[in-house]
Amino acid sequence: MVEIGGIAVRVNTLNADFLGMLQNRYAGFLSHSERAEIEFKVDLIDPGLSDGDRPVEVRHQRGVWMFRRGDFLAEWRPASRSGWIRQTANPYSIDAVLRIVHTLVLARQGGFLLHAASAIRNGKAFVFAGVSEAGKTTISRSAPPDVTLLTDEISYVRRQGDGYVGFGTPFTGELAKLGENVSAPIAALYFLAKGNENRIDPITAGEAARSLLANVLFFAKDEELVQATFHTAFEFVSRVPVSRLTFFPDARVWELIG
Amino acid sequence: MSNLYVARNPRVAARSLDGDMMIMSGQDSTLFTLNKTATILWQAADGATPLEQIVQRRICAEFEVEPGEALRDAETLARDLASHGILEISEEPIIREGAK
Repeated sequence: MVEIGGIAVRVNTLNADFLGMLQNRYAGFLSHSERAEIEFKVDLIDPGLSDGDRPVEVRHQRGVWMFRRGDFLAEWRPASRSGWIRQTANPYSIDAVLRIVHTLVLARQGGFLLHAASAIRNGKAFVFAGVSEAGKTTISRSAPPDVTLLTDEISYVRRQGDGYVGFGTPFTGELAKLGENVSAPIAALYFLAKGNENRIDPITAGEAARSLLANVLFFAKDEELVQATFHTAFEFVSRVPVSRLTFFPDARVWELIG
Repeated sequence: MSNLYVARNPRVAARSLDGDMMIMSGQDSTLFTLNKTATILWQAADGATPLEQIVQRRICAEFEVEPGEALRDAETLARDLASHGILEISEEPIIREGAK
C-alpha cells in the first residue's frame, strides 16, 4: 500500500521482483492501513508491447477513467475504488498513474499537485513554485539542517479547515531524493526567480492566481474538474500569502524563510 | 444595425480578482485574462440584451468613443471571444434551458 497525502493506494502484483522495486521506490510512503482508498491490479507486459512516446491522455466516460501513455494503459473506476494498470516492469509508469489519480482525487477535494518544491520549517510548510530551471532543486539542495524537505519537484496540497496543508511526496526531481512523509500547514507560497540577491516581493492576487494555475498539474480534459481546480486556485491565493522569491543560489536565501 | 446577442458560455469558469477578469476554458484549460472592454462585455452578456444596447449603455458610458466605431469593435471582440469559447453569439436572443 502506497500512502501519499493521507490517501492509501493498494497495488496488487504477482511479480515479486516488481513488488520489491515498488517497495524500494516508495520506501517511507508504504502503509499497512486496513482500508485502501483505491486499489490497482498491475498487469506486467512485455517491453515490446509499449507504445513509444505517445503523450499522456486522461479521459472520463460513464464513470470510468482511462489513462494512457506510451508506456502504460490504466483504468480506474471511482465507484468501486478499483482499477488496473497495464505496463512494463518499471517504476516510472505506475508513478505517473499515481500522480494522475491523486490530481483527480484532490481536484474534488479542493486540493492540487503543484510543480513546486516544499519544505517544513518551524512547524510550517513553505512552497516554492516554478517551472523547470526556476530553482526548485537549488533551493531544496541548499536547505539547512533544520528544514524537512517535503519534495523537490511535486508539492501535494490539501484543503484543511480554513487553510491548506502541504504533504511530503515520493515524486522526485533532479535531486532524486524522496520527500519526508510528513505534513504541515502551508504558511506561504513563493514563485521562484533566480537573481543576484535574495528578496521577497509582493505580487497581486491576480498574478498569484495566474501563476498558480500555470503550475498546477492537471491531466484530465474534464470540464467539471477543470472548473473545480480553477476555483481552488483562487481560494488558495485568498487564504495563503503568495509572493515572488528572488534568490541567489546558495543557502543564504533560507534566512528569509520561516 | 447589429442584431447580435451575446451570452456567457456556461462551460467556462470565471473569476474577478483585483479588477482582472480571468476565465478558464473547461475543455482545454486555457486561461484568459480579459481587458476592461472585454470584461464589460462578459459581464453584460446575458443573452437577452442586444450587443448594440450593451455598447450604448455600458461601453460608450465608460469610454469616450463614437458609438458606431464602438459597436464595430465590440462585434469584432465578441466574435474573437466566441472563437475561444468564452462567449456565444447569435442573431436571436440566447435563451438557456432552465433560465428564468
